[in-house]
Amino acid sequence: MDFLNGLVFLTNFVIIPAAAYGAQLALGALGITLVYAILRFSNFAHGDTMALGTGITIKLTAVLVAFGITLGPLPTALLALPVGIAATGVILLVTDWLVYKFYREQKAKPVILVIVSLGVMFVMNGLTRVFFGVRDIQFADGERFLITVRQFRDMTGLDEGLAIRTTQAITLVTAVIVMTALFWFLNKTRTGKSMRAFSDNEDLALLSGIDPDRVVRVTWLLVGALATTAGVLYGLDKSFKAFTYFQLLLPMFAAAIVGGIGNPKGAIVGGFLIAFAEVTVTYPLKKVLTYWLPDSMAPEGLVQLLSGDYKFAVSFIILIIVLLFRPTGLFKGQSI
Amino acid sequence: MIVVENLVKTFGGFHAVDGASLTIREGSITGLIGPNGAGKTTLFNVIAGVLEPTSGRVTMAGEDITGLPPHELFHKGLLRTFQIAHEFSSMTCRENLMMVPGNQAGETLWNTWFGRKRIADEERALRAKADEVLEFLTITHLADHKAGQISGGQKKLLELGRTMMVDARIVFLDEVGAGVNRTLLNTIGDAIQRLNRERGYTFVVIEHDMDFIGRLCDPVICMAEGKVLAEGTLDEIKANEQVIEAYLGTGLKNKDQVATA
Repeated sequence: MDFLNGLVFLTNFVIIPAAAYGAQLALGALGITLVYAILRFSNFAHGDTMALGTGITIKLTAVLVAFGITLGPLPTALLALPVGIAATGVILLVTDWLVYKFYREQKAKPVILVIVSLGVMFVMNGLTRVFFGVRDIQFADGERFLITVRQFRDMTGLDEGLAIRTTQAITLVTAVIVMTALFWFLNKTRTGKSMRAFSDNEDLALLSGIDPDRVVRVTWLLVGALATTAGVLYGLDKSFKAFTYFQLLLPMFAAAIVGGIGNPKGAIVGGFLIAFAEVTVTYPLKKVLTYWLPDSMAPEGLVQLLSGDYKFAVSFIILIIVLLFRPTGLFKGQSI
Repeated sequence: MIVVENLVKTFGGFHAVDGASLTIREGSITGLIGPNGAGKTTLFNVIAGVLEPTSGRVTMAGEDITGLPPHELFHKGLLRTFQIAHEFSSMTCRENLMMVPGNQAGETLWNTWFGRKRIADEERALRAKADEVLEFLTITHLADHKAGQISGGQKKLLELGRTMMVDARIVFLDEVGAGVNRTLLNTIGDAIQRLNRERGYTFVVIEHDMDFIGRLCDPVICMAEGKVLAEGTLDEIKANEQVIEAYLGTGLKNKDQVATA
């Protein structure tokens, strides 16, 4: 019984939140990895693209709610999401046309494009703050819990409860759908294959009748979809705040690099790895250990390895360890 | 068919191609020879749109194609292969071939979701064509192998196969024979001759193997130090003194004599 209680406690406070956070990071890292694989630069503007896309979706959600349209038990934001994705896609295409295209035609070095993306980041950052404000915004409506602590306790008779929030369930389901669709797209469709070909060998792709402009356009549209979805899911699960999204850039990059940047499978594994490490290390595990260890060995302290303030440090420790022992990332990077 | 006029390509201060002018006849298999560093590959790269020329002009059937990007040249029927074989390493040989034709129905997002039938029909046709090409090249057994894992010589065949997936008009082959054994080289030579005769492809071939050049090419153009030295049959070229000099160095001759020669 003690073991089960400990497991339920761990699931409730570590495994489920980490899985949801991991899915969000993975979706974000997928966007970063796609840009890296196909456009060949590290896109620092990705966090703020997420913020911008989420901001748009929030406004649309507010409009829908004002007209009395909701999704019942599900958050209304899901209804606004497709439009938010489309809007973000258009913004990215315009950004590409205004900014990146110029440098691409110059055949600028990747490091220059990185700095350019830094500029784009600041602009998007500013736009987000101007249009959507800097405050915390809660926009999750509908049913809050799939299972509450009390329901779980009544069902199982255990001391510890397990709550699954609707947003966590939605995050995981959506992530699975989006990832499956992405892999199907990349592996089975001609457009996806063109993208893979372009990522694998740009010179050859150009000599195979693959239209590079089309590949770039499709890439930005996919990146817009991934970023907005990741941003909205994160916002539903926690809350929307421009600065938090900017900060998310760090764990997302760590996830992409740990997995092997340019490799979508790596981005997914990296996302979950970083999330689990972050949550496990910053959560006080005292109660779990008390359940699991014999009484004589029960810990006295909180067994919180790092304070929550240091959670971003976890990504970097993992990043450094991986780069030291396996510089290409867990999966070999740079091709999709 | 292709006319190159006074083409110059410099990298920094180095003149890789230094005022080369040449004409490639339609339906010919033109050999391009010259010592290492003569600017042959750079010339290819400029013609094929990989590099922008510093100055000069390239026309194809009277149309100015100077500095057009590679994929546009591809649609005009100008194809090239690489000195070091390129392939999409994570795809199978068949998929590599199926990638080649441009403007496929499946390439637009719209058709990806709403034009499934058209795509399926097209893919079936492409697949049949790819299998035909693989058979022509005697590598049917490699169809489902990852292209990154086949041998260097087989990759060269795959490169040639790529040009057969579309109706090419002119194909630039950059050292198809490098690192390829005799038997395979003969297969490649046969394929080139058949494509030239049966489909009317024009070929330009960079090659160091003189037997190969002698068997296939007429005329042969010799380059050195970014310039065209001589043009003619291989025997004429071999007898040309400037060519011998370029290959063997000035030897014992003294520099003044060379300058006046």
